[in-house]
Parts: sequence; structure tokens; C-alpha cells
Amino acid sequence: MREPGRHLHEHDLAALAIGAALLGTGGGGNPYIGSLRTRDQLRRHGPLRIIRLADLPDDALVASVGGIGAPVVGIEKFEQGEECLRALQALEAHMGVKVDALIAAEMGGANSMEPLLTAAQAGLPVVDGDGMGRAFPEVQMCTYFIYGHEATPAAMADEKGNIVLYTAMSDATTLERHARATCVVMGAAAGMANRPMSGRYVKEVAVPDTLTLALNIGRAVLAARRDRTDPVEAVLQTTPGKRIFNGKVVDVHRELKGGFAVGEARLTGSGPNDGDDALVNIQNENLLFQRNGNIEITVPDLIVIVEADTAEPITTEQLRYGQRVEVLALPCHPLLRTAAALEYIGPAAFGYPDVAFQPLEIPDMETP
Amino acid sequence: MKRIGIDVGGTNTDAVLIDGRKVIAGVKSATTEDVTGGVLNALRRLIEDIALDPQSIDVIMIGTTHFTNAVVEGKALDPVAALRIALPATACLPPMIDWPDDLRQTIGNHAYLAKGGYEFDGRKIAELDPAEIERIAQACKAKGLSNIAISSVFGPLNSEMEKEAEKIIRAILPEANITLSADIGRIGLLERENAGILNACLQSLSSRVIQAFDEALKEAGFVCPFHLTQNDGTLLSAAQARRYPVLTFASGPTNSMRGAAFLTGVKDAIVVDVGGTTTDIGALRKGFPRPASLSVEVGGVRTNFRMPDVFSIGLGGGSLVRETEGGGVTVGPQSVGFRLTTEALVFGGDTLTTSDIAVATGAANFGDHSKVKHLPKDLIAKVRARIGEMLFESVDRARLSSEPLPVIVVGGGSMLVPDTLGELNVVRPENYAVANAVGAAIAQVGGEVDRIESLGEQSRSDVMHKAKQEAIAKAIEEGADPESTEIVDMEDLPLAYLPGNATRIKVKAVGELMHA
Repeated sequence: MREPGRHLHEHDLAALAIGAALLGTGGGGNPYIGSLRTRDQLRRHGPLRIIRLADLPDDALVASVGGIGAPVVGIEKFEQGEECLRALQALEAHMGVKVDALIAAEMGGANSMEPLLTAAQAGLPVVDGDGMGRAFPEVQMCTYFIYGHEATPAAMADEKGNIVLYTAMSDATTLERHARATCVVMGAAAGMANRPMSGRYVKEVAVPDTLTLALNIGRAVLAARRDRTDPVEAVLQTTPGKRIFNGKVVDVHRELKGGFAVGEARLTGSGPNDGDDALVNIQNENLLFQRNGNIEITVPDLIVIVEADTAEPITTEQLRYGQRVEVLALPCHPLLRTAAALEYIGPAAFGYPDVAFQPLEIPDMETP
Repeated sequence: MKRIGIDVGGTNTDAVLIDGRKVIAGVKSATTEDVTGGVLNALRRLIEDIALDPQSIDVIMIGTTHFTNAVVEGKALDPVAALRIALPATACLPPMIDWPDDLRQTIGNHAYLAKGGYEFDGRKIAELDPAEIERIAQACKAKGLSNIAISSVFGPLNSEMEKEAEKIIRAILPEANITLSADIGRIGLLERENAGILNACLQSLSSRVIQAFDEALKEAGFVCPFHLTQNDGTLLSAAQARRYPVLTFASGPTNSMRGAAFLTGVKDAIVVDVGGTTTDIGALRKGFPRPASLSVEVGGVRTNFRMPDVFSIGLGGGSLVRETEGGGVTVGPQSVGFRLTTEALVFGGDTLTTSDIAVATGAANFGDHSKVKHLPKDLIAKVRARIGEMLFESVDRARLSSEPLPVIVVGGGSMLVPDTLGELNVVRPENYAVANAVGAAIAQVGGEVDRIESLGEQSRSDVMHKAKQEAIAKAIEEGADPESTEIVDMEDLPLAYLPGNATRIKVKAVGELMHA
């Protein structure tokens, strides 16, 4: 039987790690650890089948899986390795179903790879898309739930063999509160599997082709480095966005609060931004970008910090005093800009009730 | 202030005398197998050349690529048992998972995972099981492994389990050399563990080398203290260097780049340092080596030290030249190293090296020219082409833009570099051959604050500000010019398991040594 789709190979992982970390806007987990784990699974199980949204049968059962925790913990206490698989299996056993494919909840950092390596372990294909087109810190901040998918059942597993099954929760936000509390008990790192969705629904609400986008961004950066052209420019040739700040990291304040890495990074400008200061507020991901005290870019648009010379994305846990960086802003997908979506992922949802979302306008941006 | 800088490379040992900001003299001598002989020869030559009174020297700084070379070449490394206390966490990526296969095999691929480690908030992932650690220690004993690298999850926040495991192992292996990851690195388990394992495999070598330095200096009549340069361009005491040789990694490149900037006055350039065994390539920006911002690989192993963004290729004056079956040639990465003066053709040996090729082309003038007369012209042409290719690729990799920066060439193997590389001009400064030793002599001094503060009553910014001032004061106390001090590293780790918002504060300041 000829199955539609193409395959992801070990040699794609270098590009994917860059592209996914960039879309992760600081969060989504450490891409290096994620790509080592995925490499190991691809070596064991062979290339992985990727299905485009359009090729997904309406009646297919598609589950999203991913890591839940704080990125700073992820580089120190990384996974036993089968957390998401155990969560998925517990969910399947509880519901008495077998899922047909996995999809990412977020195409950011290691969490873009968690579905890939779990799919390899489970012998399943992965759908090219996700529920954010970036990364967000909480479960309900995903188009699947924003547009009405039921939150339960869902399952969580830690490295110690503990599994928690959520059979009834009033909504995804409530699931997140419970899951986050459990996640703290589990040591701020766990695997989660969510209630499977129909192929038809996924086609409606998933942000399409984001795995391909991550690969393309990564390939463009690698090609630019090889050809000595500007890798930051290469990113902006691949996806709409603009450069907003060039400077040096002068302070990073980061702490673990309620299962998240919360904090801020202060930058001082150089080159075109000489004399300016910038502040990036963080909750796992970069939430707000302020220049000289004025908020310029907010969630859900993407605020991306990259190493100035190489465009290597710098994730929350890698931010360090003295780094020379460039900050980029990329517009989020239209599915994230609706009134319904902004209720969950606008600045107010992150504790900034007085900050209005000012959509980043890119003059020649194509409307998908 | 009179200082001697010494650079001990795989092939040559160089020494320079600097008075204030002036290079008074520089000498070159072959590195010897026992290290001592080479250092002694260089120092004696310096003493003779300028009628130097050893008692007049204030301080000696030694830079060495010895430890880096050992890892790059996979030579003189001890087998290591890598013990990670973490189970059931982290099982998917065992120790050395991301190492080059050959290096992992060289040190024996002895990876052990044991139950334990900490959560971010200080709880235990699992209890440390003394019986399990004992079994691992017994296995090490049975295999004859006495160099052990211990890491545990969140070791930098709480090193108790690493220390407990050390105690248990030491009861079974009293002579063991044990490296604790918590003593070496920062948060980031894989990278910190890697640094610990590299440190452990260098223990025999570091004992030999540091003792050799000590003996050589005494024998030559020096009474001043000596320091080693470390990867961030600052100094390390001899005792620290013996225990933590991994901290000297990449100090060679830092020294040669800072030396190249000092000697040429050029602030922006690509620096190519051709030694006997390896060539280091890095970018100089505003007079300082460009720091790598994320992670740095040493011999293909990922670490998270603050290091210059420099990479090494296996090309040097002692590199072996071999003809392949298909009619091609390979150059390096193996090198005759310090045995160049006995094994190379021009010195009467029977090994074809890059130095022989350089003599045959007239680029170098040493040894017995008649010994390379027989070399076929097309072989020489192929080797030169191959060397040009290797260098061009590397220089091109180190460039971050198409801007045509000059290439400063330093190091004893400089004669291998052609006068242009692509469209880039090659600059060879005076004293180019001893740039590393110059860099060591002008090493910076640092001041560090690393302690736990309670953020209960005082604000974080006050605490950080105080720590910064203190680090700067310490650097000045160590002899740094106040004008030149700057904060190079600053980190705070909240220790959630201790009450009162306890936070580990780490700040490092560095500065140029005062030129009194």
C-alpha cells in the first residue's frame, strides 16, 4: 500500500533543531537534548513518516503529545525517555482506542521533537503542523483547545513510572492548573498526552506545515552560515518578520515559579541601537519586548533572541550575561489573532491586563 | 614588572621576557618527552641570551596546549569510569552519548548510571543507594579503573550525593582520582559531565606535567610563583591546574590570539596559529578573541565553559604526510609532535612530515636539505595544495561575513601558510613564532565571587551590584588595572530548597595586569 507523506531523516535534525528553537521563542525545551533523543530513536526505528494536513483522513485519530515543565530543568534533569509514550499508552488504554498519528502541540524547541521520537517509539506517523506555530507555556494556549476540543481525558507521566490520568476537567485551563501542580510534584519535567482529535478537526484548527517551516528556517540558516551571507536575513527571507534590536545581554534573572521558568533579560543596544536599552519578559517563552520602557512587541507575536553573528536561537535556559544578540519579531499565525484566541494567548492571559496586543505588521506579508 | 611567559606546545616550548609592555626577548626550544627538559632549555637560553637574573622575575605564566592536544589526538589519556547519579531520570542519554566514537573508545566507554540526583527544589529524584555505588566501585576496581568522573542531576545546587558517592568509592579505591562535576561546571548536565570526564582522563598527564614545570623552574633558579593560563584568559594556580587540567582547555588559542593582537596592534582579524600538531583558527574582534556564546566543542566533545570561539584542525609542522592508494595525499591529524627533530626526514628520520615539504619548497630552512631532494615534484605540489585547502576552508569558516579581514599567522608552523588565502592577505608579525608565550605573559587576572545569599531582606539588584563590586575589587587586588576591569560572567541560581530565597551568586571580573 502506498502511503502519502514523506520522511524525516537523521540528517534533517540539525536544521530542525535551529528552526524549532527559533519558533520556540525561548521555550519549548532544549533543542540539543531533543535532537540527540530523536537521533537515537531514528537510528533504532528508521526514518519517520510525515503526513501533510491535507492528506490526513477525516476519521483518523490524532493525539498531541509533548513535554511539560520548565526549560531550565530540561537541560539538567532530562527525560528517562519514554514519558510521553507511557502517557499516550495510558490514555489509549483508558479510552480503549488506538491513535493513528501524533501531532505537536507546539513547534518549539524539544517539544517539536517529542512527538517525533514518541511516534518512532510507537510506530506511528506525525502530522506536519501544530497548535501554536510557536511555543506557549500552558496547555490551553493551543488552537486545539481554543477552538473547542475537549480537554479530557489526558494523561501525564514522569521518569519514575508515575502516571496521572485526568478523566474529567471543566476546561483546558483547569486541566493546565492541575497538570502544572502535578508537574511541580514530578520535578518540573513530565510527558503529557492529550485527548485524540479527529483528522477533520485537526485540518480545521492546526497551524499548517510548521514542521516544514521549522526545517526550512533551519536549512536557510545553515546555508547562510556556509555561504558567509547574513543568517538573520536568511531567516527573514524564509518567514515574515523584522529585526528589532541588536545588543548585548547585561542581566538575566530567572527563577522557577509554579513549574515555569519566570524572569527577564536586560539588553543594552549596540550598532543601530546604540544608546537604547531593552527588556524581554519571560515565562518559559519570551512574552514582551520593551524598548526604553515602552512595550513594542507582545505575545502572541514571536519574540526571538538569536546570537547576532550566527542566528543561533538562544533559548531561555541558555541566556547568559555577555551574549551578543539580535532580537527578531515574527508575526504569529492568523489563527492566533482572533478574538477567541487572544483571550487565551493575548498579553492579559499572561498577567498584563493593561497591555493591548498590537499585531506586528509586515508590509508584504502574505495572508495564508 | 618583569614577567616570563612560557608556552608549552606539542612540538615547541617557547619563552618570552616582557618588561612592562615591551617584549625584551623570545626563544624557542623543542618540547621534550618529559616536558621538564624543554622548559629548562628554553629558560636557560633566555637566561644566556640576555644575561637574565632569575631572581629578578616577578612571576611566570605558563600556557600549554598539552591537555587539549592529548584529547584532540586521543593520546596519553587515562581510562575513565563516568558515573552519573540520576536514575531513573536521564536514562535516554547515557554519559558520552554525544562523543566521537574513537575518543569514547580510547577512554574505555565505561558509563555507569546510578539512582539518585536532585529535583530543582532540592528533593531527591531517588535515594542514593550505597550498595549500588559500591558495586560500581568494585566493577571499576576489577577493570583497573582509578579515574572516576562523578556527576549528579542538579549537582551545582547540591553536591551532597556526588560527595557521598566519592566517599563510598574512595573506601574501595583509596588511590582513585575523582572529579566531581559540581566543582567544574554550571547547570547543563551533559556539558558539565563531559567536562568532568575530560578532566578525569587527564589526571596522570596533569600530575606529570605540573610537576615537570615545577622542577624545571626550580632547576633554572627561579623562585617566583608560577601560574597556568585558563580558558577564559585568566590565571590558575599550579595546584588548581594539576587538579583541574580541563580548565586550561583552549588557553592556547586565547593566548595566541591575545598575543597576535598585542604584537600587531591589529584589532579585527582572523588569527591562524600553526603549531606542531594542530592549527587553531579564531576571530579577533576589537582586540579580543570572539567568545563562543553557546557551547564549545573540544576534540568533538561539547562543554559549556566560557571560551573563545576557536576550532582546531589536525595540521601542524609535525603532521604526517601519507600517500593514499588512489594517488591522493592526506595531511595529519597524526603528528610526530616533539619528535620532529629526530623523526622528520630533514632531521635524519624516516617519517615524511609537513616540515619536510616546507623545506623541499624552500619555505623553510632547517635540517638537511639533501634528505628531501628525492621527493617527487607532483607529491610536493599535492601536499601544498592540500594544506592550502585545509587552511582556506578553516579561515573561511572562522569568518562571519564576507568582509576581507587580514589573516594574522603566528606559531612555529607558520611557514606552512601561503602568502594569501583566497582573497585574504596574510600578516606575519615580528616574534610571530612566540605569540603564544607573549599571550601567556600578558594573561589577565580575575576576581571571582561565588556564594549563597539570602534575597529575603535585600533586593536582587543590590546583591548583584555588591557582588560585582566585590569581584572587581578582588581582580584589582590580584593586580588588575582598575581601568581595564570588566565583568565577564554573572549568574544567579535560586536554591529553592533553602529557606529565605537563598540564591547562589557567581560573578567573575577580569582585567589586564598592571604594568608597573
